[in-house]
Amino acid sequence: MNNLKALSFELRKDVLNMIFKAKTGHIGGDFSVMDILVTLYFKHMNVSPETVNDSERDRFILSKGHCVEALYSVLAGRGFFPKADLETYSQFKSKYIGHPTNKVNGIEMNSGSLGHGLSVAVGMALAAKMDKSSYRVYTVMGDGELAEGSVWEGAMAAGHYKLDNLTAVVDRNRLQISGTTEEVMNQDNQDERWSSFGWNVIHAEGNNLEALDKAFEAAKAAKGKPTVIIADTIKGYGVSFMENSKQWHHKIPGQDEYEKAIAELDQRRLAANE
Amino acid sequence: MNKIPNRQAICDILVEKANTDKDIVVLCSDSRGSASLAPFADTHPEQFVETGIAEQNIVSIAAGLAKCGKKAYVASPACFLSTRSMEQAKVDVAYSNTNVKLIGISGGVSYGALGMTHHSAQDIASMTSIPNMRVYIPSDRIQTRALFENLLKDEKPAYIRVGRNPVEDVYEEGGLDFEMDRATVVHEGTDLTVIACGELVKPAQKAAGILQEQGISVRVLDMYCVKPIDRAAVEKAAAETGAIITMEEHSQYGGLGAMVSQIVASTAPKKVINLALPDEPVVTGVSKEIFDYYGLNETGLVSIAKELLNR
Repeated sequence: MNNLKALSFELRKDVLNMIFKAKTGHIGGDFSVMDILVTLYFKHMNVSPETVNDSERDRFILSKGHCVEALYSVLAGRGFFPKADLETYSQFKSKYIGHPTNKVNGIEMNSGSLGHGLSVAVGMALAAKMDKSSYRVYTVMGDGELAEGSVWEGAMAAGHYKLDNLTAVVDRNRLQISGTTEEVMNQDNQDERWSSFGWNVIHAEGNNLEALDKAFEAAKAAKGKPTVIIADTIKGYGVSFMENSKQWHHKIPGQDEYEKAIAELDQRRLAANE
Repeated sequence: MNKIPNRQAICDILVEKANTDKDIVVLCSDSRGSASLAPFADTHPEQFVETGIAEQNIVSIAAGLAKCGKKAYVASPACFLSTRSMEQAKVDVAYSNTNVKLIGISGGVSYGALGMTHHSAQDIASMTSIPNMRVYIPSDRIQTRALFENLLKDEKPAYIRVGRNPVEDVYEEGGLDFEMDRATVVHEGTDLTVIACGELVKPAQKAAGILQEQGISVRVLDMYCVKPIDRAAVEKAAAETGAIITMEEHSQYGGLGAMVSQIVASTAPKKVINLALPDEPVVTGVSKEIFDYYGLNETGLVSIAKELLNR
């Protein structure tokens, strides 16, 4: 997985460039979720630019839609659209807006309002069951997002219908705009919550590609219930001064910070290649 | 008098079409009984999804099903579907452009004495304001069926409101000249035009008959297509008749009357009077009592029309 690890830092550089140019975006969450997206799009999900309209493709919904910069960079890296398109992110008349939109090749659903993705994924997983299709459905939520009541309506339905073709991931970086999740709205007892709704719960180091790989394999193997992967991540992962800092939820780097961040990401990319 | 409520007409056509179209999926939120859709659940269990009492969830699930090739028909009380799930309707249905038809059952003040929690006097306002959401309020079972025959052929989002109780037929069996997104002319006339939708089309039709006997010629338009509204029919009415009266089972704000007034004011200015529900929790009673109390009936319409024409 060394190449993918190096790639994950390269893609973080794309994110940083997009946000630095546009002066808008969510760096902290982009960096925490990046390894989850890389594992899905480069290792686990059966979807590619060639199969983007195939009815048997795996489906993905970024429920924490504000981390779209990470998704755009991964989709461009995977060849769904030219990397040069990233330069138009959030620019006047660009289709690459600050939340996922299905005008962009490879994106299934528009999102951005938190608490929708899981329920939509439930509908997709139900459709697969009805059609006896083998595709899998994935969604990634933020941990702050779990305060949305609709998440638990979706969780209840997925458990009720025993949707073992559905895998949800919680990007558990423990921070949201106003502080730690424990200060804002406690999210510490994830195991009890999900298992009581009929889910298989797996924990994984969320910025460790090998650990994520194993977790997604285990999710595929679990039968009779949906799986949630609680991915313990570090917000801002990859740039030391951004890590575990709530201000980097959506802070825009200045010139100095930008240069330091690029240098550090380059360093980590090179280290991963060794 | 007809005994078939519009919701029953919807169930009938969905059951019939689902026999051959396996992509039709009906979703209910513990509402299969009140939606008259229990026969669908019984005859097509593999095409039926129960979500429990979870109106946000039902709309998102429908969007996910639709995104994977299903034709999703959500039937849930209009009061909840049009406000509690408004965001899901906006984001997952309209914005993502999924083939979901939201059927608001027991719409308007159908639930009568159950009070404002169960009334949907805001659904035209909420749903028409969402880009890419169409809004239909058919008047009788015959038009409801014709509407659904057309909706089953398209792949775009729509919100459809129907009432709870059987209503008198406006049209004769086989006698409806239905064209999608074109107002149906219920009665021809030249002195003034009444534009109504849903359950208030029938009283408008009756009033036109009464007024005709008194020498007043009234055009009645059944604007079941609230959005996209038949703009041409409104402009034509404003140009050819002396004034316009709108009548709807909705708040006076943001409803059919507001939409008609907007068109008339900007094109062919004529006087427009909006008959609607007041800006307050409505009086306790069944639909008919409520309509009668606020003059949303043929008597009320006749007197307003005569006043308007100084007759």
